[in-house]
Amino acid sequence: MRGKSFTGRVFVFGDDIDTDAIIPARYLNSSDLDYLKLHCMEDADSEFSSKVRPGDIIVAGKNFGCGSSREHAPLAIKAAGVSCVIAESFARIFYRNAINIGLPILEVSLKDQVKDGDLLSVDLQKGLVSFNDREFQAQAFPKELMDIIEAGGLIAFVKKQMEAGEQDA
Amino acid sequence: MGKTLAEKILAIKSKRSDIKADDFVMAEVDLVLGNDITAPVAIKEFRRLAKNVFDKDKIVLVCDHFTPNKDIQAAEQVKFIREFAREYNLTHFYDVGDMGIEHCLIPEKGLALPGDLIIGADSHTCTYGALGAFSTGVGSTDMAAAMALGKAWFRVPHTIRFNFSGDSLKPFVTGKDLILYTIGQIGVDGARYKAMEFGGAIIDNLSIESRLTMANMAIEAGAKAGLFAADKKTVAYLQRAGKSAEEIYPDKNASYYKVYDFDASSIEPQVAFPHLPENARSVSEAKGIKIDQVVLGSCTNGRIEDLRQAAEILKGKKVHQDVRMIVIPGTQRIYLQAIEEGLMQVFIEAGAAVSTPTCGPCLGGHMGILASHEVALSTTNRNFVGRMGHPQSAVYLTGPYVAAASAIKGEITHPKEVL
Ligand code: SF4
Repeated sequence: MRGKSFTGRVFVFGDDIDTDAIIPARYLNSSDLDYLKLHCMEDADSEFSSKVRPGDIIVAGKNFGCGSSREHAPLAIKAAGVSCVIAESFARIFYRNAINIGLPILEVSLKDQVKDGDLLSVDLQKGLVSFNDREFQAQAFPKELMDIIEAGGLIAFVKKQMEAGEQDA
Repeated sequence: MGKTLAEKILAIKSKRSDIKADDFVMAEVDLVLGNDITAPVAIKEFRRLAKNVFDKDKIVLVCDHFTPNKDIQAAEQVKFIREFAREYNLTHFYDVGDMGIEHCLIPEKGLALPGDLIIGADSHTCTYGALGAFSTGVGSTDMAAAMALGKAWFRVPHTIRFNFSGDSLKPFVTGKDLILYTIGQIGVDGARYKAMEFGGAIIDNLSIESRLTMANMAIEAGAKAGLFAADKKTVAYLQRAGKSAEEIYPDKNASYYKVYDFDASSIEPQVAFPHLPENARSVSEAKGIKIDQVVLGSCTNGRIEDLRQAAEILKGKKVHQDVRMIVIPGTQRIYLQAIEEGLMQVFIEAGAAVSTPTCGPCLGGHMGILASHEVALSTTNRNFVGRMGHPQSAVYLTGPYVAAASAIKGEITHPKEVL
């Protein structure tokens, strides 16, 4: 996912968007991605799944993804085709899950600068977001997380480590 | 420099005595937990990664959210987990019949011990901080990797210390009220990425049940963990589960990110208004709010002490005709104990429905879903939009005393008004 630059349409959400709003528990009797994506963001915007197109970007306020540990939340967002979530801050389990499954996220305060439908350009490598000739620099990831991100997620990262371990032994 | 409880445990488990907040560490875990919602995703990922689990005695799978299976899809998920547990001969697989809500069950069985490092694919895994464990919620992919490796990565959190001082608590004030009050003070992201550490004279005197309730809701302030020192009470509690444990305390000269001092003797019973746990106010400010349903249970307040408190209020009284009251003991053992103590008789005679252990209505799963514009008063931990059913329903959070008193009156009520 790194090294990618892209442009996407924006959907703006508020503060404290919780995992029940991202994917309500009533749909957690399945972990099928095609099913989950149909209900993505449903309790925050009931029409989101019909409006969203591949490459679109979610912009939100503080504490995005608070609440439960359900990985179904970032999975549903990724399955819906969202290219990146940009929030002022993320709840810690969501942050961890997004990195582990390879959903691009950026921490920068943008919610009050943009509106639904605006076009944003994102350079993931640099953590740079541009909009109307203005640039916004996101928080850099620490090296330890970059390693996981660059491997393509935690499973790929651990696999690599395990293979390296076997060679050492 | 001295260490907080979180730093102490992470230092031992990562075999690095020099760690400090913000360091990244790979650490060995003592327990890996998953449930019927999160484990299926983890198992699929695990199979991509490894052929063997790191330790069949250290993985706990509890089917508690949608069980007894609420529909065909839920049944398929549990079947998938059951087959995995059998294939790997997992010691701690809990299915209907010996199942309980995971965060009630694990402390009761003595599976979480002081000084342990525990991860669980459930956000309320922070509950075991009440017993002096560093215990935190993760996602399914972390769970999968830990099932294979027995390790996980952590960023060492800064710690916020909360001191509760005072001679004693007001009547009907419990751990639930202290934690709702705390979240009300700092907000739902007030401890984001931090560990919360609780102490002070009031905490020293608090029951283990109340401590479990408080640690349970640390995540509702965004925290990574909510820790209590393991003292003589903790050791005695674990002895009853057949485990020997050692006391563990933070260093006296530990350095904290921030320290809050609360005068606990002035705190009233609390109610958190929709739709965030941070909307906590005194029960008197919620007086008269009409309710359709009362839920007593969950990993927050489904323990024997909680059932006793509610029964104390309900004894010889009736649930209001416009209210449906649902009582869900947290584990089979709690259920049995409640029967032996006559609590179940009190609930049923009062007109409450009693169920086998399950998460059920807490997450809007089953066993008491709300219709549009209905209002619930619940001893659970989250009151997000749609958490208990229809997106236009509302949930108020409180402790067992207020829940029981309000069930009698049909509106939110201070317990002293029904005695
Ligand atoms: S009782 Fe509620 S909060 Fe606790 S584990 Fe179950 S669903 Fe989660």
